[in-house]
Amino acid sequence: MLEIRNLHVSVEGKPILKGLSLSIQPGEIHALMGPNGAGKSTLAVVLAGKEGYEVTEGEILFDGQDLLSLGPEERSHAGVFLAFQYPVEIPGVSMVQFLRAALNAHRAARGQDPIDTAELMRLLREKAALLKLDPAFLTRSVNEGFSGGERKRAEIFQMAVLNPRLAILDETDSGLDIDALRIVAEAVMNLRRPDNAFLVITHYHRILQYLVPNFVHILADGRIVRTGGPELALELEAKGYEPFLSPVV
Amino acid sequence: MKAPSTHLPDDSQAVLDAHLESEYKWGFEVALEEELAPKGLSEEIIEYIWHKKGEPPFMLDFRMRAYRAWKTMKEPHWLNAHYDPIDYQDAYYYASPKSLSEKQPKSLDEIDPEIKRMFERLGIPLEEQAVLAGVAVDAVLDSVSVATTYKERLAKMGIIFCSMSEALQNYPDLVKKYLGTVVPYNDNFFAALNSAVFSDGSFVYVPKGVRCPLELSTYFRINARKTGQFERTLIIADEGAYVSYLEGCTAPARSEHQLHAAVVELVALPGSYIKYSTIQNWFPGDKEGRGGVLNFVTKRGIAYENAKISWTQLETGAAITWKYPSVILKGDNSVGEFYSVAVTNRYQQADTGTKMIHIGKNTRSRIVSKGISAGKSNNTYRGLVQILPSAENARNFSQCDSLLIGSECGAHTFPYIETKNPTAIVEHEATTSRIGEEILFYCNQRGIPTQEAVELIINGYCQEVLAQMPLEFAVEARKLLAISLEGSVG
Repeated sequence: MLEIRNLHVSVEGKPILKGLSLSIQPGEIHALMGPNGAGKSTLAVVLAGKEGYEVTEGEILFDGQDLLSLGPEERSHAGVFLAFQYPVEIPGVSMVQFLRAALNAHRAARGQDPIDTAELMRLLREKAALLKLDPAFLTRSVNEGFSGGERKRAEIFQMAVLNPRLAILDETDSGLDIDALRIVAEAVMNLRRPDNAFLVITHYHRILQYLVPNFVHILADGRIVRTGGPELALELEAKGYEPFLSPVV
Repeated sequence: MKAPSTHLPDDSQAVLDAHLESEYKWGFEVALEEELAPKGLSEEIIEYIWHKKGEPPFMLDFRMRAYRAWKTMKEPHWLNAHYDPIDYQDAYYYASPKSLSEKQPKSLDEIDPEIKRMFERLGIPLEEQAVLAGVAVDAVLDSVSVATTYKERLAKMGIIFCSMSEALQNYPDLVKKYLGTVVPYNDNFFAALNSAVFSDGSFVYVPKGVRCPLELSTYFRINARKTGQFERTLIIADEGAYVSYLEGCTAPARSEHQLHAAVVELVALPGSYIKYSTIQNWFPGDKEGRGGVLNFVTKRGIAYENAKISWTQLETGAAITWKYPSVILKGDNSVGEFYSVAVTNRYQQADTGTKMIHIGKNTRSRIVSKGISAGKSNNTYRGLVQILPSAENARNFSQCDSLLIGSECGAHTFPYIETKNPTAIVEHEATTSRIGEEILFYCNQRGIPTQEAVELIINGYCQEVLAQMPLEFAVEARKLLAISLEGSVG
């Protein structure tokens, strides 16, 4: 469903991604690991369509469509979701208002009428329960006054509501305690279907104990230097990135 | 994809440009035959106005004193905005559509269909049946009040809601007792000018213990060329009474400035509550900053024991806004509130805020000011919280937030606090934020297009103020906010 071919991306003239290729099929979980500054978050926001990142070479196909030609909201409508590493606050806008706007934009893109309020509330309550979030959280302003852990949980909650085909989790596990980590991971597993896929960006093996990946990729200096199975994450945890940093022949 | 930049995403810039091209939607002019007083200002003109309106003798005295005081005053230019000195002799001080001035219409049926149609285009129904929503309307066109709907139902409860002209005819003692008691005739340059030349406005009296069941509403419209609008509003809530009053304004698009110098006086007698809401949408000038209304307004209320005055305003229009709705907290336990959203776009300049003067014991005031600046505009909050020695245990809380859209606008905050009683507690909070790429990207990522995201963010930002408005007014306010800022993304 996702084909990244020889992707080169620069920020302010500085190359960050230097020929990254990655292929994700429906039903798969991919883990992307790598040292700080390797370009993991850059890949995440480039997939989501953030301004300010110059693609100098390569292409990204999503279901055969040229993803780079779409605006960020169109990519969202097509089914790309990014769980942000640092979700922003939107003061005065409740989670209900925010997700109503988001859902209705998705529905409009599919030619559907806006969601009715009863249906919306049913959906939001159901997904809040999945993340073990107090329903009162729905009426709070988006991310305002949320702890780091709450924000991450709220991201996965939004993901559950929008039901994407490709979800990119950018260090969703950072800042979560053990219990919250389990709740988030179980919710993600719950959302798995044969026709969707997950790209999990992480520094730690522990989330991968719950979300067992089909593939683990090591990103270093803008390229994937090694791809393996779940055992690669364990190996990383034991040895660190150092042995993987010299280019593989 | 683009090289990184601190500028707007391309599509936002396109939407912004589209909006800056878009026209003021209320800028139409209706060809009405106008009866004008001779141009300029003199004692003769003031007498002409007084005579034309058939006012009681005390009014001539009031107007003359105001005029003489005004002549000794200087046009204020201390505000954080620039305007060229106004030529007061090159304007008309009394304009009335002829069909109104020749024969005062007795009922709505007698009103010129052209005038009715104009108010329909503004979305202001004058027909009583259309007012079933529970809003009584007084419409002021140029200087003359057109119609006050719903009068009878209110009269049964002893509530007086009429034009100032009618009040001067029918209730001269009430007007005489309160007119100028909150805003004296010589209060400031523009208030003095207003006191000298005002030709109409609204008058409200709610008797003791009566809760006014309708939102009372006045709609102001400047139509004629080279006329100033100087309306005068006086609202009196007798002991224990309650009234909610709404004010809306528009003007045609003109290349020259139009002066609007209104005075609003609120008298909240013991235990009463006056809630005054404004949606100000005067013509802001064209995209090069030409023309637009100079909105120089004095609004003040006095709250006696246990009384409450609440000002809520959405200011989106006018080339320059100079306006500080204030509350004199005279009685013990009185409460003053000011909730404001001031939007500036293009070349608009707003210098607005409030004054809370604490005199009585245990007086409370609350200020929530939300400024939104876009385009090349300048938005200034200027507020005074004054605690006098008599005001034991006075409390004030002020929250002044600024939101910037784009990089060419300015936001300024001048909070003045004077405390002369050590038991006072005064709190001030201020924030400045920008609708940045991060928040827009976040919304876009969830599928929300940029324009809609901006509306969502702005509405969230203004939520605390809009929540104070009566429901239908708040709906209108949201729409107006969206239109005022259409595409001004950054």
